[in-house]
Formats: sequence, C-alpha cells, structure tokens
Amino acid sequence: MKKIGALGAAAIFLIAAALVSALVGAADLNPLDTAAALVDKIPLIHLPSGLSPLDRAVLFQIRLPRVVLGALVGGMLAMAGAGYQGVFRNPLVDSGLLGASAGAGLGATLAIVFFAAAGPNAVPPAAFAGSLCGVAVAYLIGAAASRNTPLGGGVATLLLAGIAVGSFLTAVQTLVLQRSAEQDVQTVYNWLLGSLSGATWQQVVSILPYAAVSTVLVLLHGRHLDVLAVGDEEARALGMHPAAVRVTVVAACALAAAAAVAVSGLIGFVGIVVPHVARRLAGPSYRSVLPLSLLIGAGFLVLADTLARTVLSPAELPIGVVTAVVGAPAFVWILRSTQGARP
Amino acid sequence: MKPPSRPGPAAGAIVAIAAAAIALSGCGSASTSSSAAAASTPAAPATSAAAAAFPVTVTGGDGTVTIKSRPARIVSLDPTSTEDLYAVGAGPQVVAVDDDSDYPANAPKTSLSGLTPNIEAIARYNPGLVIASQNTGGLVSGMTKLGVPVLIEPAVSTLDAAYAQIEQVGQATGHAAQAASVTSSMKQRIAADVSKAGTAHKGVTYYWELSANPYYSATSSTFIGQIVGLFGLKNIADAASKPADGGYPELSQEYIVTAKPQIIFLADNQPADGGQSPAVVVKRPGWSGIPAVRNHEVIGLNDDIASRWGPRLPQLVAEIAAAIEQLG
Repeated sequence: MKKIGALGAAAIFLIAAALVSALVGAADLNPLDTAAALVDKIPLIHLPSGLSPLDRAVLFQIRLPRVVLGALVGGMLAMAGAGYQGVFRNPLVDSGLLGASAGAGLGATLAIVFFAAAGPNAVPPAAFAGSLCGVAVAYLIGAAASRNTPLGGGVATLLLAGIAVGSFLTAVQTLVLQRSAEQDVQTVYNWLLGSLSGATWQQVVSILPYAAVSTVLVLLHGRHLDVLAVGDEEARALGMHPAAVRVTVVAACALAAAAAVAVSGLIGFVGIVVPHVARRLAGPSYRSVLPLSLLIGAGFLVLADTLARTVLSPAELPIGVVTAVVGAPAFVWILRSTQGARP
Repeated sequence: MKPPSRPGPAAGAIVAIAAAAIALSGCGSASTSSSAAAASTPAAPATSAAAAAFPVTVTGGDGTVTIKSRPARIVSLDPTSTEDLYAVGAGPQVVAVDDDSDYPANAPKTSLSGLTPNIEAIARYNPGLVIASQNTGGLVSGMTKLGVPVLIEPAVSTLDAAYAQIEQVGQATGHAAQAASVTSSMKQRIAADVSKAGTAHKGVTYYWELSANPYYSATSSTFIGQIVGLFGLKNIADAASKPADGGYPELSQEYIVTAKPQIIFLADNQPADGGQSPAVVVKRPGWSGIPAVRNHEVIGLNDDIASRWGPRLPQLVAEIAAAIEQLG
C-alpha cells in the first residue's frame, strides 16, 4: 500500500511540475489564455484562447516539447541511475560511472571538432553511439577481467573497468579539445553543461522508442534486482542467472542514459540522487524504486528546467547548475527529514 | 638578436647600448632595459619613415613593450593579429602563425597554439617579435627570458580600439604609415555604408546569434553590438542582459520568438562554427512567425570576420548594411 501511495504521489508531482512548467516562461504568455489553449487541445473540448498565432507557436512548438523532453530525459537518467545502483549493489553509482558520460562526451566532441561539415545534427547520434560504446567496452573489459576472480567479485571489477574506460575516454576528449579551435572548445563546453534549450518534438520522437524499450526492460527486472541485492549465490540458488540479469539491466540502462544524453548533453546529479529519494519514500525494494525514480526524476528535471529558463528570464541558466544548486540542498533536506524512516 | 639597424640620435644610442648589454649577457633582465627605453624613446614615432622609427615602445594589453629593431621574423598566435599584420604590409616578415589563423590563405600556418602556447616551439622560429591576444601559459615571461618582445593585442570593446590596435601593429613592425592608411580607409568604407543606410531604419530590431542550443547572444554594449548600433538598430538581447553575463546573455528561445526581431544575424552560420545556416534556422519549430524569418531577413554572416576585430570589419559592416537595405 505504501508503494501505491508513493507512486500516486510521484505521479501527481510530475503532473504538477509539467503544468507549472507549461504555464510560465520568458514569452510572458497570459497563464489563463495558455491554460485555455492547452485545454482546447483535449479532444471534444473547445475553448477560445486569446493567444496570437505567434504565442501559440511559442507554446506548442517551443515550450511544450521542452517540458516533455525534460520529463523524458529526467526519467531516463533517474531510472538508469537506480538500475545501475541495483546491479552494482552500490548507492554511489550512476550512469556516468560506467563510461557512459565519458563516451558520450567523446562522441559529441569528435562530432563537433571533426565532423562539423555534417552540421549540428551529427552531435546527438555521435553522443548516443559514444555513450553505448563506452558502456559496452567497460562491460566487456570488466567481464573478461572478472572471469577468473574468486568469490564472484565481478561487480567491483566491472566498476573499476568502468572507471578506467571513463578516464581513458575523458583523456582522449581533453587531448582532442586541447588541439582544436577556440570556437569548438566553447561549443563542446556548452554541450557538456547540458541544455534543453533547443528541444523539439522531433527530438522527443527520436528518443521515445529507446526510452520505451529500456523502461519496459528495466521495470521488468525489479524483482531480480531485489534478489541480486542479497548476493549472487542466493540468486543462483533461486534459479536466477546473475550475469544474465546484470547484462540485461546494464544494457537497458545504458540505452536509457544514451538516449537522454544524446538530446540534452551531460546533466548530472539526477541519476545518482533521485533513486535515494525514491528509497526514502517507499523502501529499498527495486520494484518500487525503479518506477518511482522514473516519475520523480521526470518531475524533478522539469522543475529544474523551469527554474533554468525563468529565474533570469528572459536569459537562461545552464540546467546542470540548477539541478545541483537546487537539488543538493533539497536532497539534504529529504535525507534529514526522513532520517527515522529507513536507511 | 640584431642590433638596431638605424638608431635615432641620442635616445637611440642609449637603447643601442642597452640592447648590446642584453645581447652580451644572453638573457639579461629585459624588463629594466625596456623601461629605460620607454623613458627615453619619443612617445609617438608614428609618421616618420618606417625604418627610422625603431626602437619603438608600444603599450599592449600586457604593458609596454619595446621593439629594438624592425622585426624581420614575426610569429603571430592570434587570427586577428595575423590579419592585422598582413593588412599593414608586414606579411613578408611573418614566419609562423598559429593553428587558428586562416586568413590570408598564404599565411604560414603552423601547429603553434595561441591558447596553450609552447615557448620552446615558438622560440624555434627565432622570432624578433611575437604577437598574441592573450598572455597564457607564461608566454610573456617565457619569451622575455629569451629576449623576444611579446605584444599582447587582446579583444577590443570599441571600434576605435580596433583601429588603434591595427595602427599599433603597424608601429611595432615598421609599417606605421601603411597602417594609418589601412585604418583611414576602413573608417571611410564604414562611414559610407552607414550614411548610405540613412536613418530610415532606426529602431529596427535584431537578434545576433552566437550559438544555438543554448542560444547565446551579444548585447549592444559588446564590440559587435556597437558595430550594428552604428545603424541605429535595436538589439533584443539588451533587455535580457544581466551585469554578470558581460554582455553575452543566454537567451530563452521563447523570448527570441516573442521579441519578434526583424533581422536575425547568424554568427554561428558556417559548418565549423555550429552550422546554423539560414536554411537551418528558418526551419526551427515555432520560428516561422518571426518577422525576420517571414521576410527572409535571416543573414548568415562570415563567422570569422564577425568574431574578429581586424581589417576586414568593413566587410562585416557591408553585410549588415546589405541586410538593412533589403528591408526596403
């Protein structure tokens, strides 16, 4: 019952965040007219709104895709973080640790520095591919290295491999940047900070399939992760294949994070912190942590982006700054206020 | 190190002695001798014959620099300085330019970096003068130890400062007269374009795009904003700027669209600078209602010229003037 209540609360949080986000922005659209224009989109309901065609374009072509993309990105990052924490039985892991962020960063850097002629559209696929390659290489190296390790020490070896691969890829990226023009350095830097400012429906559509596949895969493995938390031996005794579960969840999480990173750049903090909020709300079972992380992460990033584009309006803040500056104190407060609840 | 070829009367003699002292001591303290030179050299050698002007003391972005003789070997570590050098006629003296310098095409491009300068690599070209836009990586102190003067010509914030910089590059290289004629012709060309455009378009709004996603712009207080301001246009980024952004605010897309700019200038137009060409920009979702997009006033600029402060500025002004003329 606690799980249902928490899920309901998280869903309401996400919807409220999305509504607030849809109603405010630098364009200063009248909130009542904006609400009317939104309600008008619901089938069978017709409401006149005072928005001009330009205002409608701002609302439906610029603001709404940004809200939806923010929700998708936040949800994917948080869910991937929760999945990794489950696989590695380690609360300090997120998708950045297994070579995903470093791979995406290198992919985007290579696209910006060497494939500029292909236009700005080359960056998302390059980041996507780089992210997946980073994880794949880290996983293969880690798996090979842990084959002869006694006591199923595979998890730690995988993490170490991830850290090694991540450092290597970051070093290559630094080398490439150091040898490239100032303009490219600026472009890469902006990308690394993360941003949703160019969100379009096309981006939403392009990552939706990956988001859907990975969400289904990850959510189906909540119970398996709960068993894995006890230990590989116990999992085997129950007829599970720990290695198979691990590779499936890692692959699904890698896909989710890669899709998010491709359209938003590197946005930190969400993946590592949101799963802990979920645990505080409904206990450590991954059957609730995974879906809760998805919903809370989505709502959190939508709110963070709303702040990013309204605090200095009509100027913007980098969203990575907001997620950390607002998210860190909020997280500390949640940790304190739920101290008695659960570890 | 060469002695001064044709030292001036009294002052020159003192400098010649100082120079000889440095030459003898190998890597003497150049700072003392240059301050002595600064005190004794006439402030404005400007219009005299090129060779007679040396030694020359100029005040760059990193303090005064004394160039004892007409530099026969020059290394440029900045694209704007490279353009300045060639414009004032110092091209034949240039032996190496950095990896970002791409104009003129015949400049001797090398792998030298102006962002992370390598003193030894620069020294290998045995320069008599190094010009850069910033003193990073110990450039000035490193080259000074080797007895090589370094002139720092940083990014400028006014058009007058851009002219002054070109003239200074002329003085430092023995081309003062040619530099003066370069700047006066620049001034004429810019004034002609501005007066031709007239005042009919005062108050027309524009958006200057430096990058997309995030959308960085430049306000009218910036160097580039002042140039567009010559035409009396109104910058939509001004309202969004906060002191902390230094005139380069990150704009929200919603704001750009609802500010309805009548002209959009793209300084991120070419593939190497972001590839946000007019064809790409007019297709951005939600942008079709912007007057500039409706009226085909989305202008892809030459990004290099738009991001430098060198002798090709009149070309940038002409691009802006053409966009305004097109408004009809």
